[in-house]
Amino acid sequence: MWFWRRRKSKEKARDRLKLVLAYDRAKLPPGKLEGLKAELLEVLRRYFPADERGVEVRLEERGDDVVLIAEVPVRP
Amino acid sequence: MEARAIVVTSGKGGVGKTTTTANVGTALAHLGEKVAVVDVDVGLRNLDVVMGLESRVVFDLIDVIEGRTELKKALVRDKRVEGLYLLPAAQTRDKEALDPERFRAIVRQLLEEEGFDRVLIDSPAGIEKGFKTAAAPAEGALVVVNPEVSSVRDADRIIGMLEAQGIQENYLVINRIRPEMVRRGDMLAVEDVIEILGLKPIGIIPEDEQVLVSTNVGEPLVLRSNSAAGRALLETARRIRGEEVPFPSLEDRKGFWAAIRRIFGGA
Repeated sequence: MWFWRRRKSKEKARDRLKLVLAYDRAKLPPGKLEGLKAELLEVLRRYFPADERGVEVRLEERGDDVVLIAEVPVRP
Repeated sequence: MEARAIVVTSGKGGVGKTTTTANVGTALAHLGEKVAVVDVDVGLRNLDVVMGLESRVVFDLIDVIEGRTELKKALVRDKRVEGLYLLPAAQTRDKEALDPERFRAIVRQLLEEEGFDRVLIDSPAGIEKGFKTAAAPAEGALVVVNPEVSSVRDADRIIGMLEAQGIQENYLVINRIRPEMVRRGDMLAVEDVIEILGLKPIGIIPEDEQVLVSTNVGEPLVLRSNSAAGRALLETARRIRGEEVPFPSLEDRKGFWAAIRRIFGGA
């Protein structure tokens, strides 16, 4: 059943590597982001009602840089 | 490469550091350089057996460092290739016996007093003192990496540490590629590894049974008959010497189905 294997294992290897290297290079274990997320939320709540649901904090590679991405849905 | 003292390293063990050191060193000598290959894996020496020189080892690196013999006497001359010498690691000592500053002085002596053109240093696995000592005298590095997640991750660490030590002329040796798996999409391709690590390759070596055969008999591949890995290692040495040698495409295979797949954009 070839269509099950459309996503090649090397694509997965590449994506996983890019992610793990982003954290390695920033010297930040993924678990630590949870703490950052909680504190970030605390600060944000002083300015607007932010909901814990849907908040996402992660690292991403942007060219040569590693950037911190925080997505916080603002309730209407 | 401008660098005359080159460390061969990888972070992860078992990716082909010693094979690369033995073969690139042999090939460089074959191409006319006076080369010393130095084993820094104190306690776990292997370069001597891979090169087939184990029966001729008398003194080792630690004997030189501790003054029990002079450098010249510890060098094992390879009789098969003009200008090729091995400086073996000590097998019965631990890594603490090796001091980075003393080791740096020995490599300097090889290059400046003993007339060597190139010194290739086989680093131990890991990122601790053994690696740091091996890298101490180096001006450049060959980072050996397999197209596999744990090896690439460790290579990234090592590249960072090399740069932190001020070693700038660094290249990848991408080893153990299996073209068939790459074609199926089940192995990271050369381009993936280069993109992820952000370093240029100087060697691209296919997986080859002949590597094991050559270590069985203790004769570097580049001295043996035509094998795919042997050819790729010889080309690596040529590039180190500054020759322009294009990388042959490993994925380019003839055959009806391969052609069909190419036409329809698969694989």
